[in-house]
Amino acid sequence: MRNRKFILFALLLTIGLVLAACGGGDNNENANNNNNDASGDNGNNEETTDFSAAMVTDIGGVDDKSFNQSAWEGLKAWGEDNGLSQGNGFDYAQSDAPEDYVPNITRLVRDNYDLIFGIGFELKEDIQDAAEKNENTYFGLVDDLVDSPNAVSITFKEHQGSFLVGVAAALKTETNKLGFVGGVDSPLINKFEAGFIAGAKSVNPDITVNVQYAESFGDSSKGKMIAADMYNNDIDVIYHASGGTGNGVFNEARDLKNAEPDRAIWVIGVDRDQHEEGEIGDHNVTLTSMVKRVDVAVQDVTKRAQDGDFPGGEQLEYGLEENGIAVATTNEEAMTDDIISAVEEWKEKILNGDVEVPSTRDELKAFEEAL
Amino acid sequence: MDYVIEMLNIRKEFPGIVANDNINIQLKKGEIHALLGENGAGKSTLMNVLFGLYQPEKGQIRVKGETVKITNPNIANDLGIGMVHQHFMLVEPFTVTQNIILGNEPKTKTGRINIKKAEQEIQELSDRYGLKVDPSAKIKDISVGMQQRVEILKTLYRGAEVLIFDEPTAVLTPQEITELMEIMRSLIKEGKSIILITHKLKEIMEVCDRCTVIRKGKGIGTVDVKNTNVNELASLMVGREVSFETEKKPAQPKDVVLSVKDLKVKDARKVDSVKELNLEVRAGEIVGIAGIDGNGQTELIEAITGLTKSQSGKIMLNNKDITNKTPRKVTESGVGHIPQDRHKYGLVLDYTVGENIVLQTYYQKPYSKNTILNHKEIYQKAEELIEQFDVRTPSAYTPARALSGGNQQKAIIAREVDRSPDLLIAAQPTRGLDVGAIEFIHKKLIEERDKGKAVLLISFELDEILDVSDRIAVMFDGKIVSSVKPEDTNEQELGLLMAGSQTTKAGDSK
Amino acid sequence: MTSNNKLFALIIPVISVFLGLLAGAIIMLLSGYNPIEGYSALWRGAFGDAFTIGETIRRTTPLILTGLAVAFAFRSGLFNIGAEGQVIVGWLAAVWVGLAIEAPMIIHLPLAVLAGALAGGLWGFVPGLLKAKLGVHEVIITIMMNYIALYISNEIIRSVLTDHATKTDQIASSASLASEWLQGLTYYSRIHYGFLIAIFAAVIMWFLIQRTTIGYELKAVGFNQHASKYSGMNVSKNIIISMVIAGGFAGLAGAMEGLGTYGNIHLMSGFTNLGFDGIAVALLGANNAFGVVLAALLFGVLKEGAGEMPTGAGVPTELVDIIIALIIFFVASSYIIRWALLRFKKEGK
Repeated sequence: MRNRKFILFALLLTIGLVLAACGGGDNNENANNNNNDASGDNGNNEETTDFSAAMVTDIGGVDDKSFNQSAWEGLKAWGEDNGLSQGNGFDYAQSDAPEDYVPNITRLVRDNYDLIFGIGFELKEDIQDAAEKNENTYFGLVDDLVDSPNAVSITFKEHQGSFLVGVAAALKTETNKLGFVGGVDSPLINKFEAGFIAGAKSVNPDITVNVQYAESFGDSSKGKMIAADMYNNDIDVIYHASGGTGNGVFNEARDLKNAEPDRAIWVIGVDRDQHEEGEIGDHNVTLTSMVKRVDVAVQDVTKRAQDGDFPGGEQLEYGLEENGIAVATTNEEAMTDDIISAVEEWKEKILNGDVEVPSTRDELKAFEEAL
Repeated sequence: MDYVIEMLNIRKEFPGIVANDNINIQLKKGEIHALLGENGAGKSTLMNVLFGLYQPEKGQIRVKGETVKITNPNIANDLGIGMVHQHFMLVEPFTVTQNIILGNEPKTKTGRINIKKAEQEIQELSDRYGLKVDPSAKIKDISVGMQQRVEILKTLYRGAEVLIFDEPTAVLTPQEITELMEIMRSLIKEGKSIILITHKLKEIMEVCDRCTVIRKGKGIGTVDVKNTNVNELASLMVGREVSFETEKKPAQPKDVVLSVKDLKVKDARKVDSVKELNLEVRAGEIVGIAGIDGNGQTELIEAITGLTKSQSGKIMLNNKDITNKTPRKVTESGVGHIPQDRHKYGLVLDYTVGENIVLQTYYQKPYSKNTILNHKEIYQKAEELIEQFDVRTPSAYTPARALSGGNQQKAIIAREVDRSPDLLIAAQPTRGLDVGAIEFIHKKLIEERDKGKAVLLISFELDEILDVSDRIAVMFDGKIVSSVKPEDTNEQELGLLMAGSQTTKAGDSK
Repeated sequence: MTSNNKLFALIIPVISVFLGLLAGAIIMLLSGYNPIEGYSALWRGAFGDAFTIGETIRRTTPLILTGLAVAFAFRSGLFNIGAEGQVIVGWLAAVWVGLAIEAPMIIHLPLAVLAGALAGGLWGFVPGLLKAKLGVHEVIITIMMNYIALYISNEIIRSVLTDHATKTDQIASSASLASEWLQGLTYYSRIHYGFLIAIFAAVIMWFLIQRTTIGYELKAVGFNQHASKYSGMNVSKNIIISMVIAGGFAGLAGAMEGLGTYGNIHLMSGFTNLGFDGIAVALLGANNAFGVVLAALLFGVLKEGAGEMPTGAGVPTELVDIIIALIIFFVASSYIIRWALLRFKKEGK
């Protein structure tokens, strides 16, 4: 037996050596970031090609089909416009857990990126800290507020967009029962909830909205469970504002549609146009999406920083007016002209101030009483 | 001379030990050949080599004169070698037939199992050897003795010519043992050959033709049973003279130490198993409880030692009520308990011998102080007891698991006796042990009695009961049905009492 | 034989780590990445400079404690899947005390740490009690308790500690384990004094298990409940004690996060995974206090270093997760091999 152990050990050693030999071959194609150390001066942007930007995702990850992905698309678009490539001028760092935020931010700071975005309100404190400690680096925070001369806050008027998809949902529903699936019960997601309910009730005050929180932005099985329950109880349109959890909502809707192609059930997507998520055979269960143009905002801010016009210390709020919020109309079959024109009508009312969309539960209460 | 099986110069090593060293055994056709040795002598290893479970480092196996290599049990089966294991390998909810054909099912033309045909064959086999097995009975419904016969049938069904019996009598009642002997004889008559692994000398004298003795892994030799006697076999096995007559002076009973009154206990399945039992044990006497397993002995002991709650009745120790006290309280008030199942109750096998020695006293000085253990004191005590009770272990730091059964039992006895309890309960203290260890344990029990302690002995071995006890209480169906002196009775009478038949002596339960 | 076993227990985890890294290298090679670059990025990510070293230690700290929580229960034959929930309640309680009380540091900090341990202990007590008295399997209860902890703590953060915010205020500095001095040394990493508590806890576990009658009873119950009952030990009591102490360790891990790393508690959108990683740490550390410390360090290094692999060597984080999983896989299968070997040995007797 001792012999066998020895042979095994020898074998492992050999494999190790072979691997080491193979590995040695392509050493020249070295990782790049460390080479840039020379361009040490942060924040100086005399030459466009010198400017670099990166982002730290929240735990949704860069392929969350939602705002992380959207932010990354914006950053990528900016990079490609300037002839840069990933890892060379722009990059992202993915976080698997909240404890990864600080190391990820620090890593990017020390890799000398000029502008670093934190995507999601979960990074608020860590971006705030980093901004205070690294005065020569620009920071941007999406979805919450930071307070530092070298940091910009990027928020969206999600309640406005939610209001409009609420209008669409109210016009689409046959049962007058709508569902709302939130990620984590928090002020941000409450904005979606309040806007959606206000929009729906503005069209038809008799509509009821069932509100459920999954307590997670990444638990798609929970999302599927909630959706199944809602669809079972006569709800025919569900608006989700729950990141990856929403994938479960889509999943359930597609399953049901697949089983009963004639059944009218809908999902309203969030952050990006989630049209693709709704495709099932010849049908598509995505009614519309509340599109939050994180990509527009990220690209915009990066460009301004590159041009020496970084809005440091400002709180940028992107709404309908700034084209930071939009309602997707990709599903032409579902979004009939009637619905689109109604949505446009309400959009006008919001833009010209006729309607003040509520953004908290308290405001919603007042709004409902006023109806 | 015709040998069906020859194992020559077999050597088998395990890391650190030589289990078999140059052992020879030759089995003649039509004989019952005993393989005798103490526990751990290497009998099972040798037979596992023959059965293909282990490969020997050295040596030769010949079947009917031809050298063979047995690398797995299937080859052994094909060579006509069958093993009747000590622990039965039967599927309880299956019928006898289903168990026997398992893995070797006869098929009909359409590929279904041909149960009818198998049942018929098994019935024939059973009749031929006088096994009296019902092929359609379910295993869970038949007695242990019957289950053993199913194991025998299984080997016969697979065409075994040579049957190996591994300690077959350990689980049987005296009556069943007699019947097994008959079966063995009829197997021989039909031309089979048998190897009987055992350490029970009486059985060898009764049924075997020749006997091969191994001691500590070495072959000692083969003797003709006709030309030997129990004493010679025992000394061959143990390597020294062994006395069988347990020497003891007449008992001098004094005050009542244990008194059990109208005790009622339910067993784990909530069925009454001790029913208004009355019993007294006095200082300076050994009371033996005779009875067939399952008549409430286990529950009686558990109730006395606090492991099970009793329903009603009273248990007094030295006139103090210990009914339904916790095991610790019972232990502290002066009860020692050598449990029936030493692996389950007696020892923490993964603990060292030393740690096991203080199993009930670890929380007391000097073994610990303010909850901090004093390892020095613990192992000092352990070494003292290892010496005094001749526990064979490499050291006090060896895990109890690594000790042989006899030495594990000695360690338990050392622990229990050393506490010097007023009442020592010994349940099946010698089960599975060899003569050397049995002799030692019996001597210790009698020593305790002579020191003026009360001893309660529970055993299913009538020999032991008759040999060691000063008074015998026969237990049947949860009650003491009879109380006799060993010198006034014999195995036959006890056997009948244990089976519940009333004799003139019955009813005297005091 | 004992020394043989000890050697065995030492060698097997080392070999499995090696095999895991090797398999990881093969996977990197097959997917077109350079394993040497990958692993040197991993090394840089964990030990590259003062900041990463600080973060590695910080990440190791709670893992030591959750590892101890699982290992301790395992010593008495209990499988504590509930370290996760115990971490969460410990975190919550520690932060709560950190927020609600005003006291000098010498009182405030120990009180907050203790609150974390007690809350974790309470979360261990419930499954311990149910197991001891009703025989309900602790695995089921502890899993359920994880969810209860998650949702209750989220609700308390939302409704009690804050007015519907996603995180609480920062705790008073008198309850903070954070150290500016240590942070200054490590380029503002979040290293804090908690690692001393974790090491101390490991020593405590070792002492309890090896040197006291409490440990003697707990181990006996773990090895053989029947013999423990026979010898007069209170099996139920020991099961409860074991779960309470185990929960206390995990609660401390939560306190480390609350008082050290973050200084607050935030709404959790899912489990922290500290408790689940603790299972792997305990397994790798062979349920031995010292082994747990080393295993936790390995996990800390892997997880911290992993962050550097995408930016440093272009290796996607998913691959890093695969490598960590492979190491656990090899440890787990080595456990099976060892078990089989021991069985084989036993039967050979």
